[in-house]
Amino acid sequence: MDQHLEQSAHAGHAAHGEHPIDSVRTYALVLVVLLCLTIATALVATIDLGFFNIVVALGIAVTKMMFVIWFFMHVRYSTTLTRLVMVSGVLWLIILLTLAFADFATRGWLNVLG
Amino acid sequence: METAAVLERETYLNASYGLKSWLLTKDHKRIAVLYFITVSIFFAIGGAFAGLIRLELLTPQADLVSAETYNKLFTMHGVIMVFFFLIPSIPATLGNFFLPMMIGARDLAFPRINLLSWYLLIGGGAFAIFAMVSGGVDTGWTFYTPFSTSYSNSYVIATALGIFIAGFSSILTGLNFVVTVHRMRAPGMTWFRMPLFVWAHYATSLIQILGTPVIAVTLLLVLCERSFHIGIFDPALGGDPILFEHLFWFYSHPAVYIMVLPGMGVINEIVSTYSRKPIYGYVFVAFSSMAIAVVGFLVWGHHLFVSGQSLYAGLVFSFLSYFVAIPSAVKVFNWTATLYKGSISFDTPMLYAFGFIGLFTIGGLTGLFVASLGMDVHVHDTYFVIAHFHYVMVGGTIMAYLGGVHYWWPKMTGRMYPEDFAKLSALLVFVGFNLTFFPQFILGYLGMPRRYHVYPPEFQVLHVLSTAGATVLALGYILPAIYFLWSLRYGKVAGSNPWRATGLEWDTPSPPPTHNFDRIPVVTHGAYDYSHIPGEEIEVG
Ligand SMILES: [Cu+2]
Repeated sequence: MDQHLEQSAHAGHAAHGEHPIDSVRTYALVLVVLLCLTIATALVATIDLGFFNIVVALGIAVTKMMFVIWFFMHVRYSTTLTRLVMVSGVLWLIILLTLAFADFATRGWLNVLG
Repeated sequence: METAAVLERETYLNASYGLKSWLLTKDHKRIAVLYFITVSIFFAIGGAFAGLIRLELLTPQADLVSAETYNKLFTMHGVIMVFFFLIPSIPATLGNFFLPMMIGARDLAFPRINLLSWYLLIGGGAFAIFAMVSGGVDTGWTFYTPFSTSYSNSYVIATALGIFIAGFSSILTGLNFVVTVHRMRAPGMTWFRMPLFVWAHYATSLIQILGTPVIAVTLLLVLCERSFHIGIFDPALGGDPILFEHLFWFYSHPAVYIMVLPGMGVINEIVSTYSRKPIYGYVFVAFSSMAIAVVGFLVWGHHLFVSGQSLYAGLVFSFLSYFVAIPSAVKVFNWTATLYKGSISFDTPMLYAFGFIGLFTIGGLTGLFVASLGMDVHVHDTYFVIAHFHYVMVGGTIMAYLGGVHYWWPKMTGRMYPEDFAKLSALLVFVGFNLTFFPQFILGYLGMPRRYHVYPPEFQVLHVLSTAGATVLALGYILPAIYFLWSLRYGKVAGSNPWRATGLEWDTPSPPPTHNFDRIPVVTHGAYDYSHIPGEEIEVG
């Protein structure tokens, strides 16, 4: 029984325990950055940049996402394996988008139905 | 109520009593038993729908149900069988029970999350059953838009929510397995000493984690459009209905591998045990599971060849689909090579394994037919496709599941099943299965479309054959249900290793104690090393 608990506890501990916690100051700074970026998104939306509308909007969104992953989700202190999990999630999203856009982008190439 | 011999030792079954000790258990073996009961009930419900479908198709006219009811029957058959039986079947029962034991662990890494995932399956199932008894769903298990979002008057939302919830059960099981394999292996249990059953479950878990969120999001989008008219799939609202098919099949093609990879894992254990040889090309077979998991995500567009997808995308998806046949073929060839010069015994699990290898191969090869652009135009949405994927899912997954349940039944319950009846049931399943589904290849090739309850009279002979086969198949499924229950009380008491198999799960008594091993094993040899397993011996029951 004890051995069992020890083993489970060990796995649980290693999964989310061993890294130092960021200071309140860091968290507050990240929060301010995120809020500024949100305001930036809203302001940029009032200016027409043509093609760059979507580029700028997505750029800001990705930057915010990185802040959340890096600081709030503690990936900064994570093991290589955990980072691999994060990266493969993004990679799979890229697979979904690339192959789906292989359809959307080429659908008009042939001037026939289907 | 049980014999004295069983009561003497404490096992996971008699460690505590009462409903609460089961419903709040954190023991992976008890949770596996809960799953076993649950998926058996879902299998019976899904099977009953299949029976009604086959009954209606006995005659060319509509004499049993209306068109609307028929739509609901095949939808609910598909939904129940895919999401509530096939997906959880092998991982949540056999995987849950044996993955920790095979790597020498006392439990999964997160026992509470394991219990939670069972409750999520029950919760999701409750929504699906609510939808069924309230009036059913008629969209097909694929929920294609715009029908599901704009036109269907049936219980789409409740069913989709049910699948959404059950999806989290699947994700959590996968997560639990991955962490367990990484962190809970016994001393000396290196990656390449793990049984191939564990490798197959590891690969399956990766698919569950990476794919299931996409179907969850997709179903949420369907709900958003259906309930709040947010334009995502409906062209009238600026959406694209083919986007739904992309998102749906991004999960649902890999989901086929969630169903069949664990089955392949079971077949590895059975083939090795009953030919008393290590699996030929262990490393290749291990990596072929991983290759299937990855390449399986690149082929989904083969479901969209005639849906309005661009022909150029179709070409790419067709090519990639041929590619995924390679790792599957590696497995089939390596099982065959394992049998070569093996000391083969034809016990019941081995009969199921032979059935799996033959039927899965037919299912896989006909997959190449439908993955080719030209052929698919002819057979798309016909019974050819129905036959193809039933050969993979019923001929593959369910054969492996039944083989695995027979193989590990003595370990799970401490009792032997009656071998003669078991062999008879394996034969009934094999004959019944082929009689049900082989005529459907011909029907489809001749042009019988899927999802119709009336058909031209010239198709009747093949439909009658199929329905007759389904009856035999049903007998083959009912028989094990009876003798397994019988064996719980009257079966011969099983020793700790009745098949003289390798694998740590056979190193501990049957049924195992609550914490699996009295002492954590130290592993000094690879999987399937028969040199330390004694030869022929007579089990005294
Ligand atoms: Cu597919």
